[in-house]
Amino acid sequence: MVRISVLLLAGCLMACSSEANDTLQKPTTKAILPDEDNAGLRLPSGFSAWVVADKVGRARHIAVNSQGDVYVKLSGKVGDKGILVLRDLNKDGRAEDITGFGNYGGTGIAIHNGYLYASSDEEVFRYRLDAKGAVENPYQPEKIITGLINRRQHESKSITLDKKGNIYVNIGAYSNSCQIKDRQPGSMGMQPCPILDSAGGIWQFKSDVQNQTYGNGTRFATGLRNVVGLDWNNQTNSLYVTQHGRDQLNSLFPKLYDTNTNANLPAETMYEMKQGDNAGWPYVYYDPFQNKKMLAPEYGGDGKTEGGAEYKNPAMAFPAHMAPNALLFYTGNMFPARYKNGAFIAFHGSWNRAPLPQEGYYVAFVPFENGKPTGKWEIFANGFAGVDVITSTRAAQHRPCGLAEGPDGSLYVSDDNKGTIYRIIYNGK
Amino acid sequence: MRFVIQLSAIKRISLVVVMLASTKLGVAQTASLKASIEKGKTVYVQRCMVCHQQDGGGVPHLNPPLDGASTVKGKDKSRLITILLKGMSDRVEIDGEYYSNNMASNADLTDQQIADVLNYIRNNWSNKVPTPVTPAEVKSVRAKTK
Repeated sequence: MVRISVLLLAGCLMACSSEANDTLQKPTTKAILPDEDNAGLRLPSGFSAWVVADKVGRARHIAVNSQGDVYVKLSGKVGDKGILVLRDLNKDGRAEDITGFGNYGGTGIAIHNGYLYASSDEEVFRYRLDAKGAVENPYQPEKIITGLINRRQHESKSITLDKKGNIYVNIGAYSNSCQIKDRQPGSMGMQPCPILDSAGGIWQFKSDVQNQTYGNGTRFATGLRNVVGLDWNNQTNSLYVTQHGRDQLNSLFPKLYDTNTNANLPAETMYEMKQGDNAGWPYVYYDPFQNKKMLAPEYGGDGKTEGGAEYKNPAMAFPAHMAPNALLFYTGNMFPARYKNGAFIAFHGSWNRAPLPQEGYYVAFVPFENGKPTGKWEIFANGFAGVDVITSTRAAQHRPCGLAEGPDGSLYVSDDNKGTIYRIIYNGK
Repeated sequence: MRFVIQLSAIKRISLVVVMLASTKLGVAQTASLKASIEKGKTVYVQRCMVCHQQDGGGVPHLNPPLDGASTVKGKDKSRLITILLKGMSDRVEIDGEYYSNNMASNADLTDQQIADVLNYIRNNWSNKVPTPVTPAEVKSVRAKTK
């Protein structure tokens, strides 16, 4: 599995001297050598990557404990296991020991204050961790939240936690644009949209109270169609989310939008959401070319009319349909200084651009300065799809879905298509 | 002996006649199916492609694939016709997977258009189903689903 080349070995001996020392002290421990082809990824200069584990199942979100063990939330169970634990016993960077627990599929997973939190599509559980970051009672979790709405569409429940004892859960809207008949051409929007009472937003609960449901929580922020990526920014002490914008402008309203317009509208968006904020779904969508919130066609819009000014403006806008599935503020010291406190986003990749080529399928980086995005973004890790032009979703080999930071500052990326877990390090000068 | 030869000659002639007739019929069917498939492609591009994709591969966990799908290739044409007419919003297992997105009704298409697009998806990519879907079959299912 480890491919040794003289150059890489020399590079690693210089860059990873602590691992090299470990090798001398513990005969069973191997040095970490990235894959020669960086696991097929294209990375900025000085970065390297390798495959930690492959074909583990539909790896959604991931979390890494203090020992470097990777917890993987699977959307579909493998056997009776919905959470995997990947352990690297010989310290070569690859997981040899894969075990599991948690008899439910889902997306959300996070480690916070000595607990592992994980979500199904209706509930959130937590497991106490021991001093080594291992789950103490894998078959006896505390059920923190229950009874969340799951109507098939946008059903995943992503989670993040703040420093004041709260957990934030995305409850996605079970609809594209709150039409009377979902995704039916010409069907108009419900007024007001009744979905927003129980979905289409972020709900806040206590992180240490059992059996909470809607009545115990707060609708922290609303008007968000479906948020899969969210993270608490400890620098700004606020919640950031990435929204999946609406689909099918042209197929639902062909007289107002054409194929090209649909391929580029609306923007995928990142918001800083404070308590009570409203991002405007389903009434508006964000047009990144006009930098305006446009009235949705289901509510009388025509592609030219602006929507309500009361709705929150995005902190950043990205090209349409790329599906931001994970958001991570980088707090490590391994990467060069410009990455610190910036945001990594895993774009799962589009489908709603056909017949134009699909976009996304990469990890992007959004630099932050003084707690604000600089307004620019860049592709950080590309090549997951394994093909240059992605004509259809099926053509993509891997799809980035989850992000986590390791104790050494490594960046981990999960792929829910082939079940590959990647680790990216900086070993440049 | 003579009688036997005569009989076998007749058999041979009749066999040739049957073969000719069936070949002719086969050619005629293929030509009309081919035309229907061609027209169905236009409907597919307008109505179906955005979700089910150019290669019929669908989108994992959102929109089911049509290429290789048992319901698409199967003998139960009325089930396929019903899905086009009524759309799909149930959580049902399709070839071992579940899919999240709702499919709209396409009842506004004509019987001919529905037959055409079904013939297209049943005979494109790796799918090869020689038995055509006819407008009469669509009409009959439409009458029952109202």
